[in-house]
Amino acid sequence: MKSNQNSRFYWRKCKNTLMLSLAYVAVIFGLFWLCWIIFTLVTRGIPALSPDLFLHETPAPNETGGLINAILGSLLMVAAGTLLGTPIGILAGTYLAEYGRYSRFAKVTRFLNDILLSAPSIIIGLFIYSIYVAQLNHFSGWAGAFALALLIIPIVVRTTDSMLNLVPNNLREAAVALGCPQWRVIVMICYRAAKSGILTGILLAVARIAGETAPLLFTALSNQFMSWDMNSPMANLPVVIYQYAASPFTDWNNLAWAGATLITLFVLCLNIATRVFFQPKQK
Amino acid sequence: MVSLSETKIAVNNLNFYYGDFHALKNINLRVAKNKVTAFIGPSGCGKSTLLRTFNRMFELYPNQRATGAINLDGENLLATDTDIALIRAKVGMVFQKPTPFPMSIYDNVAFGIRLFEKLSKSELNDRIEWALTKSALWNEVKDKLYQSGDSLSGGQQQRLCIARGIAIKPDVLLLDEPCSALDPISTMKIEELINELKNDYTVAMVTHNMQQAARCSDYTAFMYLGELVEFGETKQIFDKPKIQRTEDYIRGKMG
Repeated sequence: MKSNQNSRFYWRKCKNTLMLSLAYVAVIFGLFWLCWIIFTLVTRGIPALSPDLFLHETPAPNETGGLINAILGSLLMVAAGTLLGTPIGILAGTYLAEYGRYSRFAKVTRFLNDILLSAPSIIIGLFIYSIYVAQLNHFSGWAGAFALALLIIPIVVRTTDSMLNLVPNNLREAAVALGCPQWRVIVMICYRAAKSGILTGILLAVARIAGETAPLLFTALSNQFMSWDMNSPMANLPVVIYQYAASPFTDWNNLAWAGATLITLFVLCLNIATRVFFQPKQK
Repeated sequence: MVSLSETKIAVNNLNFYYGDFHALKNINLRVAKNKVTAFIGPSGCGKSTLLRTFNRMFELYPNQRATGAINLDGENLLATDTDIALIRAKVGMVFQKPTPFPMSIYDNVAFGIRLFEKLSKSELNDRIEWALTKSALWNEVKDKLYQSGDSLSGGQQQRLCIARGIAIKPDVLLLDEPCSALDPISTMKIEELINELKNDYTVAMVTHNMQQAARCSDYTAFMYLGELVEFGETKQIFDKPKIQRTEDYIRGKMG
């Protein structure tokens, strides 16, 4: 009996060691590629970083220049996309979690939203291209912003929905029991309780759309020159990287590396900001 | 039995369903004004369900419905046109688990007051001090009113929830196993509080603790499998129950 138990115990221990090693191998596999990517980016991109990036427009081949028009375009379109998409996403997520929680309509919407969430971004670009760009016959910054907004909506819907679902029903009941109308329960209690989760989701969504290339290629295209006009084609970092990285000119290649580094640093900063400001504080 | 003139809540032929499940069967009883009425019975007998019909809390969830009548001061809660929020302001509720809102202690208590009353700063301060004193919490929190409600201990949080409930000066206070998550000292404080509260409020409480029912309540209702088995003065229920099943439960032979 005793020896039988021991052999079972050792077998269990072996299984544990085996699975644990597999888990470690998986981690190392993932980290290996990540480190390689970052290493390449840093060794190629950091030397290419210079103040000129923020002072000059994208140059013609074999001339010196910077990325200021692309940086500005990216910032404008990401900001506009976020401002357009986030309120819609939060309201829709609020409907799903608070009002439609048990309805069939909400279930269908949630399902469709998940499909939209995993839709390839190039399809979103083509969609805006066909309903907006092709109708007006010109690429524009607004078209890019709309495409980014469409990308950010499902992410925000999903985050808001799941974060509000994490708010315990006890809290809602306690507020309702005081005679609090539902909208006020949502605004004063649920949003407050889910605040850090929702804001984290929004920031991560912004990080996600900051690097999107495909939807911008069909909508904002690019622009050699500095432009504040959202109604005309607009330069942006991802498309500039796409164009310059594949070009035969060394200067352009270097600018592409610099652009890629900038985006990565931006996303890194957003992630750090999310952690610093919105992670629940340890009690 | 409770006479009509002493009645605060009269329940007539109340039936309650969770979907197809018939959870409350033809309940008839009267909750006396300015008295404590305790509901006892084994888990799943419908005591909490009954309590949650008194402020129509069940309406938050689909597939839950009640038929019959619940008359609060003569107004049928299940058929009235009065806005449910106004009814709930008259019928406060404290839950099994403490539920402090994610805000300061002060704002927790002020939350319900601000929904219905526009008080000056000093009036509001007075009301909050009054509610916290009543719920035996004032001395422990008076120096940290602006700290988060979550920073309090479990027992303090529960007393905070009671303060929040009485701050809006309801007529009726529903307590759903208010002490089940508390240590004996906090429990004792809350029992003292219940005793004091009945001067101003009608209290209906669900409890699993029979000693608590015997200590705190004036009337006791024993429920079993969705039916009201016996209802009467607490002394009578505990000393001379008329029905065998009540006696079995109280003597610990069942449930």
